[in-house]
Amino acid sequence: MFDFLDSGQYDVLGAFWVTVQLTLYSAVGSLIWGLMLAGMRVSPVPLMRAFGTSYVNIVRNTPLTLLVLGCSLGLDQTLGISLAGGTSKEIGFRLAILGLIAYTGTFVCEALRSGINTVPVGQAEAARALGLSFFQVLTLIVLPQAFRAVIAPLANVLIALTKNTTVAATIGVAEAALLMKEMLENESDALFAVFAGFAFGFVLLTLPTGLLLGWVAKRVAVKR
Amino acid sequence: MSGVSVTKDAQDAAPAADDLVVLSNVNKHFGALHVLQDIDLSIARGEVVVVIGPSGSGKSTLCRTINRLETIDSGTITVDGKELPSEGRELARLRADVGMVFQSFNLFAHKTVLQNVMLGQLKVRKTDSAAALEKAKSLLDRVGVGSQADKYPAQLSGGQQQRVAIARALAMDPKVMLFDEPTSALDPEMINEVLEVMQQLAREGMTMVVVTHEMGFARSAANRVVFMADGKIVEEAAPEQFFSNPRSDRAKDFLSKILHH
Repeated sequence: MFDFLDSGQYDVLGAFWVTVQLTLYSAVGSLIWGLMLAGMRVSPVPLMRAFGTSYVNIVRNTPLTLLVLGCSLGLDQTLGISLAGGTSKEIGFRLAILGLIAYTGTFVCEALRSGINTVPVGQAEAARALGLSFFQVLTLIVLPQAFRAVIAPLANVLIALTKNTTVAATIGVAEAALLMKEMLENESDALFAVFAGFAFGFVLLTLPTGLLLGWVAKRVAVKR
Repeated sequence: MSGVSVTKDAQDAAPAADDLVVLSNVNKHFGALHVLQDIDLSIARGEVVVVIGPSGSGKSTLCRTINRLETIDSGTITVDGKELPSEGRELARLRADVGMVFQSFNLFAHKTVLQNVMLGQLKVRKTDSAAALEKAKSLLDRVGVGSQADKYPAQLSGGQQQRVAIARALAMDPKVMLFDEPTSALDPEMINEVLEVMQQLAREGMTMVVVTHEMGFARSAANRVVFMADGKIVEEAAPEQFFSNPRSDRAKDFLSKILHH
């Protein structure tokens, strides 16, 4: 049933490795971008709040396919912004990550913001009363506690991100979904086997993520 | 002529030189509620002022305006001769010099007791960590919770948490300490351990503004009692005089409700 795998024609592991790389780079990037957005949305500067709010509301309501395609067609092919150039394969990979970060960052931001709301206001007041600056209050007191409260929702975001990397196939990044499409065309007699195989591959990636982060969330929860 | 008036001004200014905290003509509204009405209050260096009054009289708000956790609508507040900056680095610097103890302790829940007391020294005062550690330990010993240093706040009793909070504020070497109902959230048997620490501070000459319902503390530790009702300072007097012979009807009424039962 899986004979076609023996031919050496398909690099399934390689394709999933690209998926893993897309996920990891995008996850780190969205965490940083999401943190910055959350910082803006709670900042005392009206302009930053306005930027944060409008960015989040525009980008999270835009289909990811549109964003990733926009990065490729708009940035690279029209404006010539290729993020350090290279082969079209490398450019596609980097632009897909850019699109994923722009999109996923908004969900990270909103998860963090709900976490910030779980931190009692007295915590920030006590920190301000000690003479800490806004930035210090945020980074030393509020965000560390907010983070611990939102690890479970962030796991959701990470799982969604892993599966959202399949959108990179639309701009030709050689990740799992693109290979699946190719195999479905060539091996139509093994349609269900191919589907099941790739579905299993994604479950293998995301299931441990959820379990591990669920465990971490329990371990680091702040006791009040 | 002008020489005479200058001399007179200088004399008028003389008592003010020793005032550490001065509120003059302070007003604040919460929506339609006028919570602070034309408040004038001076607190001298080393003085212990206890603010009492019924719930909703504005005493907590008054306390919180002194380090600008509450903004004011009009009037001025000066601390050690400097007017309160409205925001930013200047305000942070001033807050570092004004210690605050809250009703709900507000210890940093994700940090150990020791880290709580060290944080301000390390991040605001930029003390090196060895010195900060030593100071934190000696302060924790002083308030009697030295053995709890490595625990998290949630593992401590309310009284212990409040004493840690006092140590955390003292670690900044504040010029004045503000206590916003420090014993109101405590079980009765824990109130004394906190009051004893405060008594000791008062004896050592710390300038203190204490909002409280503990009349025993007001009698024994205060230099002056400020009685507030409906957003106004109704009466100011030495504790002896205030408790035995209050002048205003509002204070008589308040005292009769809390002292005789």
